[in-house]
Amino acid sequence: MKTGTLKQILLITDGCSNQGESPIAMAALAREYGITVNVIGVVKHDTIDEKGLEEIEGIANAGGGISQVVYAADLSRTVQMVTRKAMTQTLQGVVNKELRQILGDMKTIEDIPPEKRGEIMEVVDELGETAALEVLILVDTSASMKHKLPTVKEALLDLSLSLSARTGKNRFSLFVFPGKKKDVEKLLDWSPKLEALTSIFPKLVIGGITPTGPAIREATAYFKNTPILRGNLSDDDEQYFEDTV
Amino acid sequence: MMMNSTLKTLSKPRPGTVITGKWHKNSYRVLRELGSGANGIVYLAQAGGAKVALKISGGTSVASEVNVLKSFAKVRGSISGPSLIDVDDWVRPEGATPFYVMEYIEGPNLLDFIRKNGRAWAEVLILQLLKDLHVLHEHGWVFGDLKPENLIVTGSPPRIRCIDVGGTTVKGRAIKEFTQSYDRGYWELGTRRAEPSYDLFSAAMIMIHIHYGKALVKKEGGIKQLKEIMKEKPELVKFSPVLLKALQGWYHSAEEMRLDMLKTINGMAGITAKPAVHPGNAPMSRREYRKKKRKFEWLETILIVKIVSMIYILYLFGQ
Repeated sequence: MKTGTLKQILLITDGCSNQGESPIAMAALAREYGITVNVIGVVKHDTIDEKGLEEIEGIANAGGGISQVVYAADLSRTVQMVTRKAMTQTLQGVVNKELRQILGDMKTIEDIPPEKRGEIMEVVDELGETAALEVLILVDTSASMKHKLPTVKEALLDLSLSLSARTGKNRFSLFVFPGKKKDVEKLLDWSPKLEALTSIFPKLVIGGITPTGPAIREATAYFKNTPILRGNLSDDDEQYFEDTV
Repeated sequence: MMMNSTLKTLSKPRPGTVITGKWHKNSYRVLRELGSGANGIVYLAQAGGAKVALKISGGTSVASEVNVLKSFAKVRGSISGPSLIDVDDWVRPEGATPFYVMEYIEGPNLLDFIRKNGRAWAEVLILQLLKDLHVLHEHGWVFGDLKPENLIVTGSPPRIRCIDVGGTTVKGRAIKEFTQSYDRGYWELGTRRAEPSYDLFSAAMIMIHIHYGKALVKKEGGIKQLKEIMKEKPELVKFSPVLLKALQGWYHSAEEMRLDMLKTINGMAGITAKPAVHPGNAPMSRREYRKKKRKFEWLETILIVKIVSMIYILYLFGQ
């Protein structure tokens, strides 16, 4: 049985890339592979420069995703909200495409009277609850992110908790950039939960450069090259249920 | 400094702006902002002579929330949410923004009311809330984002009402929206799956907040920190058997918790400190039977929706 899987890259960063390809172009490339790129900009106070903000919005726009700039303290709430909103947005896009084919001249959900939108939303909500989701988390570990990493860890564990309440299956993977030797380094392979993070995060080496573009490119490639192991996934079902009830 | 990606590109309506719907042509004059959340901004507005609350949202949440309010309307009189007045699009040169209009529930929020009128009201209002929650749960919903800011005390005699149904979720799904201090997931005391016990945890945390004087911040997960805090205030000591049960998810229904609270207020003993026997193991009461039946009907609906969407996805991938 084949069902659609929602694929997302979640980029957590605090500013501008300074090495390699344009991250906006790489986000646009990811989108071509059916991957949505969401960006969360973590700021300390009110301080984020115009250029950093532009890049954050640009990446999300090109990647068909959502961007949000927050203080570290708001991160948990934001991470889960952005992920969910992006799912809804993607699903709505799929449903809109379908509607266009059925309704012809009526283009999107906005062209349908508000009273009728409820039923469509029901379907979108239902799909959001049950669809399989793959999130590749891409964390900026350049020097300025150092003191924010404990908060990032908390937020990601919280995201795992939120998503595991869904009926649909989840898979997470975690990459950091810059890596020890390469632009980007894999910390966690596809796994249904993010708990393994607790032991990985303290070991992070903080680097100086910010190769955001190459990181997105690598992440995209990782989605492509990983065969989706549906057989294995369904085995996790029982365990999931026990864990979450 | 949170910014909604769609809302931030559209300018906010200023006081005095007249919003006219594209479909129904009703006009609303914006008076002031009442509050903003993750999913949109709520304004006080005037329509004819009446004051209404108007929620503007950049995302898809309008249609979802309207669905919730519509199903509340079917059980009117028993659910304390606001009633729905209008749904429409506000068209500007930048694009169309969906909005909906609901009854304006006027009054202070729960904490302000209690600060002004005394803590004696806390028990009364929580009892009212539990009664409302019970009805809501019976109809297959879980409120989700239950917090003092979302509870308004209105009218005379004072009555508690819930506003903001942004977190309201169909039973069994993942909670749509929540606030850390009142979220059992954050406290590591349960999942974020929508079930009655999720709301009851929040209700217990609200009670603690009222008497403790502020929202709690987690030091360590689990029940220990909450137990310690409850020892500090006599009002909380009194209710601690009930609160502990609620915090640990041992109540299966809001009604159970309400009855235990009534017992405590009357000074009656006999609150069992153990989780109740799971309904699955106990002989079924009439009400549980009805609940099961309703649940089955729900499952049936969900199954149909699932099959339809599956066929549809298969079709998509077939292309």
